[in-house]
Amino acid sequence: MPEGFDLVVGLEVHCELSTATKLFCACPNAFGSEPNTNVCPVCLGLPGSLPVLNERAVEFAIRIGRALNCEVRPAVFHRKNYFYPDMPKDYQITQYDEPTNVDGFLELRDGSRVGIVRAHIEEDTGKSTHLGGSGRIHGADHSLIDYNRAGVPLVEIVSAPDITSAAQAREYVSELRAVLVATGASDGRMEEGSLRVDANVSVRPAGAAELGTRCEIKNLNSLRSLVRAIEHEAARQAALVSAGGVVRQETRHWDEEAGVTHPLRSKEEAYDYRYFPEPDLVPLVPDAELIERAEAAIGLMPAARRERLVALVGEGDSPGLADQVQTAIELSLDQLVLDAVAAGAEPRLALARAANEAAAKAEGARALSATAFAELLGLESAGTLSATQSKQVLAVLIDEGGAPAEIARRLGFEALEGGEVESIIDEVVAANTAEWERYLAGDEKVAGFLLGQVMKASKGRANGKIVAAALAKRRG
Amino acid sequence: MTLLGRGVAGIAAAVRSKEASAREVLAESLAAIEQLEGELHCFHTVMAERAEAAAAALDEKVARGEDPGLLAGVPVALKDNMCTKGTVTTCSSRILENWVPPYDATVVTRLRAAGAVVVGKTNLDEFAMGSSTENSAFGPTRNPWDTARVPGGSSGGSAAAVAAGMVPLAYGSDTGGSIRQPASLCGVVGVKPTYGLVSRYGLVAFASSLDQIGPFTLSVADSALGLEAVAGHDPADSTSIDRPATSYAGLLEEGVEGLRVGLIEDFVSEVSPSCAEAARAAAEALGAAGAKVEEVSIPEVLHGLPAYYVIAPAEASSNLARYDGVRYGLRVGGPDVAAMNARTRGAGFGKEVRRRVMVGTYALSAGYYDAYYGQAQRVRTLVVEAFARAYERFDVLVAPMTPSEAFRLGEKTANPLDMYVSDVCAVPSNLAGHPAVSVPFALGAEGLPVGVQVLAPALGEGLMYRAAAVLEQAAPPAARGPVRPGGERRA
Ligand SMILES: [Zn+2]
Repeated sequence: MPEGFDLVVGLEVHCELSTATKLFCACPNAFGSEPNTNVCPVCLGLPGSLPVLNERAVEFAIRIGRALNCEVRPAVFHRKNYFYPDMPKDYQITQYDEPTNVDGFLELRDGSRVGIVRAHIEEDTGKSTHLGGSGRIHGADHSLIDYNRAGVPLVEIVSAPDITSAAQAREYVSELRAVLVATGASDGRMEEGSLRVDANVSVRPAGAAELGTRCEIKNLNSLRSLVRAIEHEAARQAALVSAGGVVRQETRHWDEEAGVTHPLRSKEEAYDYRYFPEPDLVPLVPDAELIERAEAAIGLMPAARRERLVALVGEGDSPGLADQVQTAIELSLDQLVLDAVAAGAEPRLALARAANEAAAKAEGARALSATAFAELLGLESAGTLSATQSKQVLAVLIDEGGAPAEIARRLGFEALEGGEVESIIDEVVAANTAEWERYLAGDEKVAGFLLGQVMKASKGRANGKIVAAALAKRRG
Repeated sequence: MTLLGRGVAGIAAAVRSKEASAREVLAESLAAIEQLEGELHCFHTVMAERAEAAAAALDEKVARGEDPGLLAGVPVALKDNMCTKGTVTTCSSRILENWVPPYDATVVTRLRAAGAVVVGKTNLDEFAMGSSTENSAFGPTRNPWDTARVPGGSSGGSAAAVAAGMVPLAYGSDTGGSIRQPASLCGVVGVKPTYGLVSRYGLVAFASSLDQIGPFTLSVADSALGLEAVAGHDPADSTSIDRPATSYAGLLEEGVEGLRVGLIEDFVSEVSPSCAEAARAAAEALGAAGAKVEEVSIPEVLHGLPAYYVIAPAEASSNLARYDGVRYGLRVGGPDVAAMNARTRGAGFGKEVRRRVMVGTYALSAGYYDAYYGQAQRVRTLVVEAFARAYERFDVLVAPMTPSEAFRLGEKTANPLDMYVSDVCAVPSNLAGHPAVSVPFALGAEGLPVGVQVLAPALGEGLMYRAAAVLEQAAPPAARGPVRPGGERRA
C-alpha cells in the first residue's frame, strides 16, 4: 500500500450453486454442454413463461448463509430491469432490499473477521461471445449467445468494506471458497466461472474516518488477478489523490495482460435498474424445517478441518506445507488425506499428492476411494513406483478408478526385475565406456548422465532409485 | 335448433351420447365463422385443419367408449395472447406477427384434455392494452349488435365471436376489465375469476399481478362449465392457488334467498342513466328473489382507476422488455445492439403499447418510484381493505359494469383518458384479486346490451354464479346474444 494511505476493500462474490437444475425451471444446470441445449421456454424468457423457484437452490443458499453466520429471513424477489442481449427477459430476478441471508461474518485464518452484509439468491445470465471487430459488445462484427447458463442459480455474497489489504482479500476469497465447498452448495471453481469476484476498492489518507470514493473492479478470474488488480488500483487511486486529483466512482475492467484497470462505464450515467417486486413469484419464507435441513447438511467448517489436518501432518516450517493444507481444505480434499492416512499412507506424502496433483481434478478426487489412494501412496513410499510414475497412476485412478498396482502394470510401470536392470546397465556401460571410466574414477558429474541413459533404455520402466543404487554398487 | 344453439352443456351432452358428432358441431362453427368473419373480424387465425383432426379424434374416443371430457366437442376460441404450440400467437402486435410458440399454455392443455376443440385465435388490443380492440395491429373487431360500434376490449374478438354465435365458448384475459367490459358491450356472460384460480402459464403477460383468464359464454350455466374446465392448481404458475378445482354447475339452482347483497352506489353515480338503471334493477331482482339488498358506499373503489393505470403499465414496461429483436419476433437491424433494440421496439409496438411502456418506465424510475408505483400500491391496499370491510356485511356486491353502451369505432381513440375511463367499474376487482362477472341484463337507451356486474370475495365464484343465475332469469332474453351482425336475432 502506498505510503500515507489506508486501503478499503469490499468484495462481491458470485457463487454458482451446484444444483441439478436451474433456479426457475427444470433444465440441467451443467457446465460445458453444447450451446443452447439446456434451455426451455422459462429460461429463454419466452412470452407467457413463468418462473417456479427451485427449493433445492433455496436450501443451498441457506446453507451458505448459515455457514457465514448470517441471519436467515423471509425474502422478496425483485426484478432488476436493464437491456442486455444475454439476459433473456431483459430483467434479472434477484433479491433486493429483503434478501434471504443478512448480517454474517467470515473469520479468516489469522483470526480477523470480515463482515457479510448479505448473501442473496439470483439467476445467472447467458454468455455472449463477440466476434470480429473489437471483440467487445461495442464494435464487434456479430455476437453469439449461449443461454445454457441463463437461469443458473447464484448466491451473491457481499462483504462489508472490512478488508484492508490485497493479501487479506486473497485470504478472504480463499477461505470463503473453502466454506462454500464445505457446505456442498458449490464446487467453488474460479477457472470455470462458478466463482466470480468483483472488488470495490477505495483509498483514504491514513487514519481518516471517512471512506474514499470507490471503484468497482471486474474481470478478476483468479486469486492472482485479484491481488494484482487491488494493488494496481490502490496505487492508481493513491497517485491520483496525491496529485490533487479526484477519484471518480466508476466500474473498471482489470486487464490481466497489461496489468492495469481501465474504466468500463461511469456510475453517474449508470443504469436505473427500476427494481420492483417480482409479481410472478410469491415471497420466500423458509420454514424452520427447511432451515434445519440446510444446517444439518453443512459439513465441518474449514477452521476445524484445518486444525484436524495440521494435527496429522504437523506444523512444518515451510510456507509450502501451509499452502498445501489450505488447498486441501479449500477443495475439500482433507477428508481424503485423513482417510488415506488411516489406511496406512504417509501423512505428508498423502497431503502433497492431494494438494498438488489430485487438486487438478478436485471433483473426481473427492470421490476417490481412500483405500486405493493409500495403496498407491504405499507403492510410492516403498520405492516400487517413482514419484513421476505415482502421479501418472493417480491421474488414471481419479478418472477411471481401479487398483493402483494394476494401473501401474497397464502403464508399464511394473518394477523391472533385478536381472533386467543389470543387463540394461551392461548395455549402457558398453556403449558409453569413456563416461563409465570417469564414473569409476569418482567423477560424480557423470552419474546423472549414466542414470538417464539407463532410464531411457528401460523406456521409463526402471525405478530411478534402484538404478542409482545398482550403479553405485557396481562401482563398489 | 342448431347444435351450437344448445350451448356448452348441450353440445357436450349430445357428443357424449353420440347424438351428434364433434365434427358436425365443428362444421357449424366453421360455417358461422366463414359467413360472419368478413364483417366482424373476430379471428387472427382459424385453425380449421387442426380443429377437424381434433374433432375426428374426439369422435373416435367416444366410439371407443372412453370419457370424452367435460367439454366434449365444444368449439372454443382463444384470445391470441394464449400460447398455442405450433400455431402463431401474435398478441395483435407486429412484434410477434410471425411468432410460433413451442409450447401450449396450461389453459390450452386443459381445454384439449377436457375434449374442447380449439377453432382459432381471436383479436385483441395489442398486448391486451385497450378497451375497444381498436389497438390491434391487424384491424379492429366490430360489435355484432352494430358493426359501427366497438365490441369493447381488450378481449373484443372473443366476446364478439360468442355474441355472434361463431363459438359457444371463448376465453379472454382480464387485467382491468378486458373480459367483463366487452362481455357487457356484446351481451354475453364474461367472468374474471379469483386471481390464481386459473393458471397464467402460457398467457403472454401484460400485468402479471392483475392478469387472469376467464370464459365468455351466452349463459351463466355454460360459463360455470367453461371455468371449471380450466380452473385449478398449476405447479407451473407460482401464483396459482393450491386448492382442488370446484364444480359450480350444481350451485346454480340454489338461488339467493337470504344472501346479503350490496349495491355499490359509488359506481352507480359514475355511469350513464341506462347503465345505472340496469344495476338498480338488478339489485331489485335479487331482492325479489329473496336476497337482503342494501346500498353501500365504498369510496375507495373510485381510486382504483388511477392506481391501476400506474401499476399495470409499470409491470408491463418490464414484461414487454423481452421484445428486443434478439431471440424471436420482429428484428429491425441497427449499427449496434442498443439501436437494434430501439428500432425493433419502435417499429414493432403500436402507439398505446409505447405509451404504457413509457408511463410504466417512468413510474418505476429512481426518484419517482415512491410517488407513483409506491403510492399506487398503497391505494391498492386501501381498495383491498375496503372490500374486506364490505364483505363483512355482504355476501356479494352488485355494480354497473360499464359507463356506457358500446361506443362507435374511432369515438375514443383521440383521447386515451376517455378510453381508460371505460374500466372504472372493472379495475377494483383486479386490484383486489377478486372474482366478478358481467351478466347481460338490459337493453340501453341506444338499443344495445348493458351488463351488470356481480362481485364476490376471493374464491367466491360459487356465490357469484348463484347471483348471476338469478339475474339471468330476470333479464329480458333480447338483452343477450347471439345476434347476427347488425343486431338481428339469430335463430
Ligand atoms: Zn429452462
